[in-house]
Amino acid sequence: MKDLESVVIRFSGDSGDGMQLTGTQFSNTSALMGNDIATFPDYPSEIRAPSGTIAGVSGFQVNFGAIDVSTPGDDPDVLVAMNPAALKANIVALRKGGTIIVNLDSFNEAGLKKAGYDKDPLSSGELDSYQVIKAQVTEQTLRALANIDIDAKAKGRCKNFYALGITYFLFNRDLAPTVKWIEQKFGKNPLVAQANIAALKAGFNFAETTEIQVSTFRVAPAKITPGLYRQVNGNEATAWGFAYAAQNVGMELFLGSYPITPASDILHELSKLKNYNVKTFQAEDEIAGICSAIGASFGGALSITTSSGPGIALKGEALGLAVIYELPLVIVDVQRGGPSTGLPTKTEQSDLMQAMYGRHGECPLIIVAAKTPGDCFHMAFEAARLSLEHMTPVMLMTDGYIANGAEPWRIPDLEKTYPKIRTHRLTGSLPEGQKFLPYKRDDKLVRSWAVPGMPGYEHRIGGLEKWVDTGNVSHDPKNHEIMTKIRAEKVAKVADNIPLQELEGDKTGDVLVVSWGGTYGATHGAVAKARESGKKVSLMHLQYINPMPKNIGELLKGFKRILVPELNMGQLKTILDSRFGCQTIGYNKVQGLPFKISELVEVINHTIER
Amino acid sequence: MTDVPVYKKKDFISDQEVKWCPGCGDYAILSSIQMALTKIGKKKEDLVFVSGIGCSSRFPYYVETYGMHSIHGRATAIASGLKLHNPELEVFVVTGDGDGLAIGGNHMIHTLRRNIGLRVIMFNNEIYGLTKGQYSPTSAMGLVTKSTPYGVVDRPFIPAALALGAGATFIARTIDADPKQITDVVVEACQHKGVAFIEVLQNCVIFNDGAHDEVTNKDRRDDTTVRLEHGKPMIFGKDRNKGLMLKGFNPVIVTIGENGITEKDLIVHDATDYNVASMLTRLSRPEFPLPLGVFRNVEAPSYDEEVQKQIENVTKKKGKGDMVSFLKSGETWQVK
Repeated sequence: MKDLESVVIRFSGDSGDGMQLTGTQFSNTSALMGNDIATFPDYPSEIRAPSGTIAGVSGFQVNFGAIDVSTPGDDPDVLVAMNPAALKANIVALRKGGTIIVNLDSFNEAGLKKAGYDKDPLSSGELDSYQVIKAQVTEQTLRALANIDIDAKAKGRCKNFYALGITYFLFNRDLAPTVKWIEQKFGKNPLVAQANIAALKAGFNFAETTEIQVSTFRVAPAKITPGLYRQVNGNEATAWGFAYAAQNVGMELFLGSYPITPASDILHELSKLKNYNVKTFQAEDEIAGICSAIGASFGGALSITTSSGPGIALKGEALGLAVIYELPLVIVDVQRGGPSTGLPTKTEQSDLMQAMYGRHGECPLIIVAAKTPGDCFHMAFEAARLSLEHMTPVMLMTDGYIANGAEPWRIPDLEKTYPKIRTHRLTGSLPEGQKFLPYKRDDKLVRSWAVPGMPGYEHRIGGLEKWVDTGNVSHDPKNHEIMTKIRAEKVAKVADNIPLQELEGDKTGDVLVVSWGGTYGATHGAVAKARESGKKVSLMHLQYINPMPKNIGELLKGFKRILVPELNMGQLKTILDSRFGCQTIGYNKVQGLPFKISELVEVINHTIER
Repeated sequence: MTDVPVYKKKDFISDQEVKWCPGCGDYAILSSIQMALTKIGKKKEDLVFVSGIGCSSRFPYYVETYGMHSIHGRATAIASGLKLHNPELEVFVVTGDGDGLAIGGNHMIHTLRRNIGLRVIMFNNEIYGLTKGQYSPTSAMGLVTKSTPYGVVDRPFIPAALALGAGATFIARTIDADPKQITDVVVEACQHKGVAFIEVLQNCVIFNDGAHDEVTNKDRRDDTTVRLEHGKPMIFGKDRNKGLMLKGFNPVIVTIGENGITEKDLIVHDATDYNVASMLTRLSRPEFPLPLGVFRNVEAPSYDEEVQKQIENVTKKKGKGDMVSFLKSGETWQVK
């Protein structure tokens, strides 16, 4: 048995083969066994593309290790290929010398043809530099289930568990959590549960009995910060962060949303939390999603709307309304490849400019971004806090990569970590003879929040420019300029209410890597590696993007070169260059894929040398 | 319920100067609705008017309640979120034929379909006023406007028929020339559970003056309109001697006293009958008198109530949730 620091395994098959489920089970089990993990699902936007073709290949990659794992890994060490198309689509990525587990039964003439193979790769010699495990996954699954009374089609569907069983043996995984999961999942259908468990065990036993042909691995538990852990993906963490923020502040959480990939899971998750003072409204479109949230906010709820790039574009006009109303509202943008429908299931960071400037008029928003799946909880809370404390909309940016990616998450001590949010909600009734001025402000330029149902505070708000203090409609030229500046200054003052920027590494050096959002895993990993090899490089990872922490300008001055790697064509770079008058170096990638650590290490080295 | 103060109409007049064109039908509608607010038995602080964009949508600024003037077409969506968050509020949507049926058409049909307890009051002047005179989805065919110099060639919506098709449970049509009917209809709408859709025919003096003349003209209106009263036969005419009768599936106009026709032969209005409502929505000028009043008023579960009920049921079953313990539930493990 070999002890390994970390292993990257990719499960790959037809989109109907259940690879996401298989990968998730493997990850959950590994996390329960104490490994640090990071996962990355990669699936086509078609629910069922033609079976057996490259277009229909669905993958799930998990990196699990005994060391700090910050990304789902670069090149897989192990590839599970349920058919020839899966092999063809993924072989390029596999580390030379890696292990391939194939379902031999699918390597027939028809399967090879659909995948575009002229010759059978299993016998052509093209896999000579890999270790290939050939298993008759389909055949063996059917045989193992021979005595179970379900139809052949249902039996065939169990073959992913057979494949999972093989990997469980290879990596010394415990079968119990998955067995328990199957029993719960198929509780109403005990025969199906029995069949899946039988397939899992059959796969495990197959690997065990053929042990002589493969070397097995054992990945020891990682050394991670002590505490109570659970697995979480970014969308779940986002949902929970808002639900907790609402509980913290003692308000109803109202979500108005319209289904869109890859954001829908936030809607799904919050829809389950009906007994947590959470109300969800699946609206008729994106616009109604944000508008219903604005209505609920006027009524006194902590209101949010969730979407992805195309939906955010549709919400633009209503965002402007929320800005001029000066009501709290959080907009979540789970970014995906664009423009237009673009790459719905692939990740990208190309909505930053839309978040900053994608509205008509002078229309500033607070913008924050989460860096890891678990950080989505914290940043969702922060988005809610800033919105409530400053009476203005906040955009929370995540992306498809961290939204669907999972990691072990140390459950925070909520009461200790998060002080009570201070809102501007008024209570009671207005004393007789007084007049309520809805747009009168405090020293932070924040107005107060009176909601329907409160006697004496009856007032009207509108999208037309309003007179200072009273909020009455005003077309006065000077007043418009004053109000425009007030709204901008109000957002700028948020800088006093966010933490100062921290660096990973020294305050001076050759290169400062500046990243934001979901690329943290890769930039953190790459900077750590470069530093291990003696490079004078530090990382500045931004979570607060508008306004930025007050010390950013100062920190930028400590380095000879500033490298800004982004999964877009240079959006943060443009903002930094224009705001701080610096000339940063961009490293840009828009392939729908996350950065690899090795790729960034190379870029860092190149930047130092140039 | 705590005591509701006795209100006078002036209690609902805000300090803002009303800025519609002199002679605009909106003045009469505003006044009738302010009057209605004194009669609905709700507290002032629990009333909210939400509007979109257009002449009619300036309405909330003029009413001394809570109010939101929003963006074009979205008032129904905004009001839906507000009503869902706080179902205790009486939420009115004020919209127009362009705001409610063109740019806001999608929100309108879904609001009606869900049967959420909003009072949607749609001013229909069959023209775009605020943008200065383009045709709307209710403009008559052939109408010459700035954007149709050779006449409208689109077929118009019949708002009541659209509302019925979308599943509205309360549908009424009234007219700016009859303030008392507006008041009565709004008061009745506020007693209704679920959504109420009220079309108010309104005259735009600038861009479509006289569009509803035929049904407002004092000399002719008794002959050109039929007033609907639940449980009463459909009689109309200056001499109250004309009526609507069914011949097969179709309505016909008959004269009481001719050919042996008596009141008993006429259609009796039944606001709970879908077929009656359907027939009424199809009655149009010049063949028939235009129906005014409440077309339909039926009981059905309202969305806001059902949402609330579901939350209560889940909470009863699972107990009130706490995020602190939620995060620790499920599969967790301790790292030492």
